[in-house]
Amino acid sequence: MSLFLGALTIGLILSLLALGVYMSFRVFKFPDITAEGSVTFGAAVSAVLLIKGIDPGVSLFAAFAAGAAAGAVTGILHTKCKINELLAGILVMTALYSVNLHVMGKSNIPLVDAKSTSTVAESIGARIFGQSTDLNWFGWDVSIRDAGMLLMMFAVVAAAAFILLVFFRTNIGTAIRATGDNPQMIRALGVDVDLMMILGLAISNGLIALAGALLAQYQGFADVQMGIGMMVWGLASVIIGEALVGSNKQGLVVTGTIMGSVLFRLLVAIALRWGLNPNDLKLITALFVFAALVGPTMARSFLKKGGNQTSGRAV
Amino acid sequence: MLEITNINKTFHAGTVNEVFALQDVSLSLAQGDFLIIIGTNGSGKSTLLNAVAGSFIADSGKISLSGHDITKWPEHKRASLIGRVFQNPFSGTAPTMTIAENLSLAAKRGKPRGFGWALDKQLQNELRDRIRTLNMGLEDRLDNAIGSLSGGQRQALTLLMASWLKPDLLLLDEHTAALDPKSADQVIRLTKDIVERDRLTTLMVTHSMQQAVHLGNRIIMMHKGQVLHDFKGASRQGIRSEDLLHRFEEVRRREQVDVRVAELLQRMYV
Repeated sequence: MSLFLGALTIGLILSLLALGVYMSFRVFKFPDITAEGSVTFGAAVSAVLLIKGIDPGVSLFAAFAAGAAAGAVTGILHTKCKINELLAGILVMTALYSVNLHVMGKSNIPLVDAKSTSTVAESIGARIFGQSTDLNWFGWDVSIRDAGMLLMMFAVVAAAAFILLVFFRTNIGTAIRATGDNPQMIRALGVDVDLMMILGLAISNGLIALAGALLAQYQGFADVQMGIGMMVWGLASVIIGEALVGSNKQGLVVTGTIMGSVLFRLLVAIALRWGLNPNDLKLITALFVFAALVGPTMARSFLKKGGNQTSGRAV
Repeated sequence: MLEITNINKTFHAGTVNEVFALQDVSLSLAQGDFLIIIGTNGSGKSTLLNAVAGSFIADSGKISLSGHDITKWPEHKRASLIGRVFQNPFSGTAPTMTIAENLSLAAKRGKPRGFGWALDKQLQNELRDRIRTLNMGLEDRLDNAIGSLSGGQRQALTLLMASWLKPDLLLLDEHTAALDPKSADQVIRLTKDIVERDRLTTLMVTHSMQQAVHLGNRIIMMHKGQVLHDFKGASRQGIRSEDLLHRFEEVRRREQVDVRVAELLQRMYV
């Protein structure tokens, strides 16, 4: 049961990552690999602050701001310095590796003794469920810490999704969406598309760094390697989410992305339980995203056998 | 109103592909003028429009609009004064966003955008009324994605969007060229209505001699980046499409003369 709860909680935490990837990859069609650096950046910044005894909530804000700064740099490199999208992301990601080591001072910071979001969640859990250490949910034994953390992550993700959806409906939010949809049109309506892209990538990487910070606090350590493969992970969640809701309505897609992240994490937990070698995890994830990207196009051209073979781009 | 003074633009300067797209073009428009620009392919019609819109900065010369020197303004800043409809119906709207959202973007053209609702109640009512005037039945489909509409419908909406906040200058870049004849007629009628109703100063590029003689109060004909003919006032009155076609024929003959003279000189001196 704690395996199930753990998967659920991590799935929720990583759905913030998925929302960030949704913002860059789907709204802007910008494959932003900065994500891999900003996950760790967020974790590093919040871990260092927690070690110093700073309030967990403040550490989360700082993580968001750090990620947003990284995203803004990628945006500036791409729009102002005209660097290719992927290369801009790679440059910032690579630079962040050193930055993260400097912030942390070493490659791994344990957070077991620090007051973090988990300890806050534990005390909130204790207040809600009483002082007993274990709960009984549907016949399963659940620790107060796990239950509190799950509820708290649910609240955080729900709030983030709500704010994001509201933002997408404001004047500036619609301008950001239009920038991804048709930059020529929105420029002709007086919007500085460079600025919108920088702002959008900042929000995207802010969310991703927030996911990194929460993940570090949940698992009890920040590690300089923890960002590797995170972008593909987020992408997988977005793709599963789109398949789940089968619509491109903003509200549904955002909800779907969160569900996709949780579902993907659950599937991974089950696969690991059944004996999947953890070393193969990233390979499987990459293969999954590959199949999801290419599958529909291949299936279509296979069905139209002998017909027009000019298949579109996969993405 | 609009004052274009000696603007020049050369693309790929210094290479074999060098194109003198605009050569010392000067043009002056008064408030309410409706100028039609015609010309052969590659004559610089669209380039002139793009120079005014700010798609690129001219190499030299000066452009001023409504008392502002906009020569160095970036495109998005000029948009506060200029409404624009593109040739491609896909260019003027955001396909995955709804009709209402697209119009809400246009309702803020050139204005600061903050955290207010893009679609407040007042705007929703207003845009329903304005879309009804198109007579396309789109007022009941405000929440549909614009990508699901036909080219003609999209172009009509783009025109509505460009003129939503009466722009100081309206730019129409062959905006019916990609449409079927029936939709093109519809969009042209709409163009006429809007421009006349709001007395908008307008620059319109077209390939259609029909449109050229039936719309506007002035016609210029461009060739090789220069203004070749300027029909205004008395010379614009009573002009027929045959007259314009005749001018095109002259241009074609002159080109042929160029080639033949070159051959002749080659034979004699090279």
